[in-house]
Amino acid sequence: MSIFVDKTTRLVVQGITGRDGSFHARQMLEYGTQLVAGVTPGKGGQRFESKVPIFNTVAEAVRETGANTSVIYVPPVGAAGAIYEAADAGIGLIVCITEGVPVMDMTRVIPYVRERGARLIGPNCPGLISPGTAKVGIIPGNICLPGTVGLVSRSGTLTYEVVNHLTRNKIGQSTCVGIGGDPLNGTSFIDCLRAFQDDPGTEAIVMMGEIGGTDEQNAADFVREYVRKPVVGFIAGQTAPPGRRMGHAGAIISGAAGTAAEKIAAFEAAKIRVMKRPIDVVELVKSVLK
Amino acid sequence: MNLHEYQGRVLFRAAGIPMPDGDVASTPSEAESIARRVGGTVVVKAQVHAGGRGKAGGVKLAKTPAEAAEAAEKILGMSIKGLVVQKVLVVPAADIAQEAYVGLIMDRASQRPVFMVSPAGGIDIEEVAEKTPEKILRLAVDPRYGLLPHQALTLALFLYQDIAQARAAAKIMEQLYTVFTSNGCSLAEINPLVTTPEGRIVALDAKVSIDDNELDRRPDLALLRDETAEEPSEVAARRANLTFIKLSGNVGCVVNGAGLAMATMDLVKYYGGEPANFLDIGGSSNPDKVVNALRIITSDPEVKAILFNIFGGITRTDDVANGIKTALAQFPVKVPIVVRLTGTNEVEAVKILQGIGMKALSDMDEAVQQVVALVKEAA
Repeated sequence: MSIFVDKTTRLVVQGITGRDGSFHARQMLEYGTQLVAGVTPGKGGQRFESKVPIFNTVAEAVRETGANTSVIYVPPVGAAGAIYEAADAGIGLIVCITEGVPVMDMTRVIPYVRERGARLIGPNCPGLISPGTAKVGIIPGNICLPGTVGLVSRSGTLTYEVVNHLTRNKIGQSTCVGIGGDPLNGTSFIDCLRAFQDDPGTEAIVMMGEIGGTDEQNAADFVREYVRKPVVGFIAGQTAPPGRRMGHAGAIISGAAGTAAEKIAAFEAAKIRVMKRPIDVVELVKSVLK
Repeated sequence: MNLHEYQGRVLFRAAGIPMPDGDVASTPSEAESIARRVGGTVVVKAQVHAGGRGKAGGVKLAKTPAEAAEAAEKILGMSIKGLVVQKVLVVPAADIAQEAYVGLIMDRASQRPVFMVSPAGGIDIEEVAEKTPEKILRLAVDPRYGLLPHQALTLALFLYQDIAQARAAAKIMEQLYTVFTSNGCSLAEINPLVTTPEGRIVALDAKVSIDDNELDRRPDLALLRDETAEEPSEVAARRANLTFIKLSGNVGCVVNGAGLAMATMDLVKYYGGEPANFLDIGGSSNPDKVVNALRIITSDPEVKAILFNIFGGITRTDDVANGIKTALAQFPVKVPIVVRLTGTNEVEAVKILQGIGMKALSDMDEAVQQVVALVKEAA
């Protein structure tokens, strides 16, 4: 079992003929994801890898192929437009990989998507993968293993590091979700925690947070109220100086709020077991899965 | 990206926010002629990205144009929190009857622009928020409809009892909201918003931060970046499309991905070392990025060893290995390099490194322990 994506996922790739879009579309196909359509305006009627039909609009792709999930690889200036288009076409899950989307755009995009009953993951995220069934985004499939640990993270390669440790120790994953490193994103830690709690295929949850904002603190409160499954957590950025944007637009300590110490304290208060190093995930998850 | 006060003033005045006349000067004689033009007593203010300018002696009153020149002479070239003052703002000194605070920030929790206003102006708003939260009114604006008239008036009435003054302030709220949304701000702040003895309401300061993601589509705003106010190595890194932040330690770090880069710095500290920098070479494969990264890191004399931590996904580890090879052929690297790489094309990467007599580790903890040990030996 899994959350958000599985074997019923029918995927459309927005920006399928671009450099990043075509590379990752190929990888998703190879992984076995049901990639049913691509969209690039002006290239409608062509085929990707001589099999996936390309359409001019997402609405056409949905009408012709029954696509229910979209992944977006378009440049930052066009990303908001691509999300609006997917939501209007009736796509239920929209995953935006693009980094560098202006925050002002997101203030309008997020309510628009929500009012249409769709879910947005990202932007500036690696996407998600339910090992063995569906890969939507850029998480390398070969480091994942089907299993019962749900993972949610604000980062990309740090997620790979942790997933790799789990897989090497034969601990499989139900779904790994990268929610993105921007200050405003469509899906929060809380959304993923709720979904993992409600997913019968998930037995334990790993949550990878970082400095900046209060999402991790809010997630810790939610764990206390709602989550009955064991949670293991990590916070990146203990050595980050205040006031500096650490790569991710959202990873910035402003004033006294958003520090790693504050977030770790919130995790511990919610009985979340906190890793000191990425490799600690193995022992901590093993201990809670017993 | 933070703007200087004189740059923020341009945006504020374009939106119609009432501000005192004045201008920016780079020399004492420019300051003198501005003071002569605006007349009367002026304030000469250092233009640097640092708080506490007044306490550091970067804000001076001048009664005559000659005094303004003298004040500018003292302030220009002065160092405030490590930043050298290149420009001063010369504005008429205002008589102040009352001070208020008006700020607009992009709020992560509500995912909306949020106004914060307080009648306790002129001081640190975080301090007000902590000690007397009842003196702050917060209001989230739905960006699809903008700041509605009754919302603007509610904010203004929290600051002013006099209805004429409240109406004037409400207009300023709307103008500030326009500045915020039309320039992609993450912060727009007036501190203080003052009432003059005649009852006029005037913005005495302009603090503006622009969302970095806005700059690609707004070259006019990107031009406002003041690179003289930044660490030279950080400017070089940005030009090479790297995200680099200089820290005070001696273990240079080259990592792909921001989260892993932070976790790498934390692990260096965990094993008893001190990171010299945050550096994210990003997701794309490009050996040039690695060459530039090594050039920037080795220009820091504090760096005693360099750690590569690469988890190949989109990043091809053989590209990184080629980058290391190219860099070492182009310029001398006098400190030891420890390389950890795993993922996409790692077999090829290991071969490339072996070809130049280097080893590659596959484990992050082992690599960090090794680099920390090397730094301790060098000390």
